[in-house]
Amino acid sequence: MNTNKYLLSILVDNEPGVLSRIAGLFSGRGFNIESLSVAATNKPEVSRLTMVTKCEPQIIEQIKKQLNKLINVITVNDLTEKRFIQRQLSLVKVNAQPDKRAEILRIVDIFRCKVIDVGLDHFTIEVSGDMEKLEAFLSLLKPMGIIEIASTGSIALARENGKKENGKQTK
Amino acid sequence: MKLTGAEILIKMIKDQGVDTIFGYPGGAVIDIYHELAKNPDLRHILVRHEQGAIHAADAYARASSTTGVALVTSGPGATNAVTGIASAHSDSIPLVVFTGQVPTALIGNDAFQEVDIVGITRPCTKHNYLVKDIKDLAKTINEAFFIAQSGRPGPVLVDLPKDIQQASIDFKDPGISLNSYKPTYKPNKKQIAKAVKLLTKAKKPIIFAGGGVISSKASEEVTKLAKMTNIPVTASLMGLGCFPGTDDLWLGMPGMHGTYRANMSIGECDLMLAVGVRFDDRVTGKIDQFAPNAKIIQIDIDPTSIHKNVEVLCPIVGDCKESLSMFIKILVEEQKEKPENAAWLKTISDWKSTTPLKYDQGKDIIKPQYVVEKLNEMTKGEAIITTEVGQNQMWAAQFYDFTKPNHFITSGGLGVMGFGLPAAIGAKAACPEKEVIDIAGDGSIQMNIQELMTAIEAKLSVKIVILNNQYLGMVRQWQEFFYDKVYASTGMSHAPDFVKLAQAYGAKGIRCSKPENVEKVLSEGLAHNGTVIMEFIVEKEESVYPMVPAGKAITEMLLV
Repeated sequence: MNTNKYLLSILVDNEPGVLSRIAGLFSGRGFNIESLSVAATNKPEVSRLTMVTKCEPQIIEQIKKQLNKLINVITVNDLTEKRFIQRQLSLVKVNAQPDKRAEILRIVDIFRCKVIDVGLDHFTIEVSGDMEKLEAFLSLLKPMGIIEIASTGSIALARENGKKENGKQTK
Repeated sequence: MKLTGAEILIKMIKDQGVDTIFGYPGGAVIDIYHELAKNPDLRHILVRHEQGAIHAADAYARASSTTGVALVTSGPGATNAVTGIASAHSDSIPLVVFTGQVPTALIGNDAFQEVDIVGITRPCTKHNYLVKDIKDLAKTINEAFFIAQSGRPGPVLVDLPKDIQQASIDFKDPGISLNSYKPTYKPNKKQIAKAVKLLTKAKKPIIFAGGGVISSKASEEVTKLAKMTNIPVTASLMGLGCFPGTDDLWLGMPGMHGTYRANMSIGECDLMLAVGVRFDDRVTGKIDQFAPNAKIIQIDIDPTSIHKNVEVLCPIVGDCKESLSMFIKILVEEQKEKPENAAWLKTISDWKSTTPLKYDQGKDIIKPQYVVEKLNEMTKGEAIITTEVGQNQMWAAQFYDFTKPNHFITSGGLGVMGFGLPAAIGAKAACPEKEVIDIAGDGSIQMNIQELMTAIEAKLSVKIVILNNQYLGMVRQWQEFFYDKVYASTGMSHAPDFVKLAQAYGAKGIRCSKPENVEKVLSEGLAHNGTVIMEFIVEKEESVYPMVPAGKAITEMLLV
């Protein structure tokens, strides 16, 4: 099966039950949600829901149509078709024995992230970026021993000139 | 002017032009019922089970081409309504269902007769609402009716907490405010032009019409288009009646129990104009062998219906009626010639004569198909037929020649046993001048038999034809064909005496067990001025043919 990752940015009425309608649509129709993030926008009556889903190309069409069919969905924007910026925030608690501390701090510096909690044998690091950056960061920390991770879902916006060029996403 | 929530509700239902609602009272809707009592011009039909209220409202909506309205109480009243709502959702029937709810202060506290009915019905309504503030009530009612009847129709549920019904507010009609709900009625003209080109070039074209044709009132256009172009027509279960079943261009219903010629036509056509259909699995059979040679043009108001199950070459999103009118207009303006399909029509008529729908009525035992055929003859195909679900439903679809839309009312998508009797009551309420007949099986009639009392009380005379084979016949048929004839739990020989049962409710009951009496019993039952059960003791192990086994292509039919 030829599955792709899709990034959808969905504007919805900021009302109780809307998230449940969307989650129910996905579970009821066997679609899958990789990550999800929801918050109000600059208009308090509108929320933006950013979703990453993995599926076959013909399924994404059905997903978009089904989302559009929900009365509380205002627009569905498939950012995968556009130039967009994307961020995810992670808190990473990593094993920090004295002999590894300097190296961890170097990695933190290179990735321009922050140590926000220090213990006798751990650091908690705040890192944000697109998914590739986060993956690279985690792969470097992995040998130190990652204790826990908490991550937000992706959030994303289309760039001002949202048209995609050369089929490449811009960072 | 200050009005209570209950007063606003009744006023706005009436303002929508609704004159009949179906319902059942309870603690959480007592204020609404109190208000109803003051409004005798809004007819309330008291059912005996909430499921019956929804099916009746569903059939009322179909028979009258309006929106059906039902009112039930909280908790069990609401959950009893769920099957009916899910059926209307599957069949895209416009309904507004009002449910009572515990007072807002108690919501979430596991109060007496509290369920989260908005949560429960989220996947089986077009939309639903919980009204938490009296200020939102009027707007919500407007939106509920608007959403139910526009675009692809469907049921909308409005949950009304008791304190909202009792609260008062200065009433003014706020209209609606829907941010983004704008169904596309107007089709893309370029797509239609492209479709016309495809259609006129085809050598073996067919039209495949469905429930969308009936809900958009496009039967006339389908018929006109077919006649202009000489293209044969098949229609799904939901579309029966949108094209006259007596016409030479009529192919019969396709699918699992479709006619030979309909299924073969789909297998061999080079072009299919699909109008208001959603390519249900009971129609398509094995999906990759469905219409393998056809270019498919699909017209539907719901974009999700397009490309969902089958690949479509020329999708047209729009209202069926508007789209077909545009189609016809282009054909007339450009004086397109009829496609050259004489050879195709000949092939089809050969299929019809070599392999028609058939059964063998002997001397001793009544064949169920014979009863339906007689009924068709005696009512001249003009009665409103409701059905239960199973063999009775398929025989009704096969052997009754529907000539007009809105005359065949069945639970198509969800397949609800117990649908037919309450549906007959709803249809009769909408069309009192029409003969309304429920074609039932001995199994499914028992699922909502309590509604006999509703028919008697409301003086809505419906005729119930029970094809009694002492089995849950459709499941028995599967067991016969595919499960080594192990008739696990499908025997129904323990059944009530339906004649006495009819009498116990105050209806007439007649039994018939001889083929030579079928006509007599039918004419006696049809002539009776009141509700009748006509029970026909039929061949026990009769099966519905043709049959396409699950997972096979629809051209691979088991024939008699």
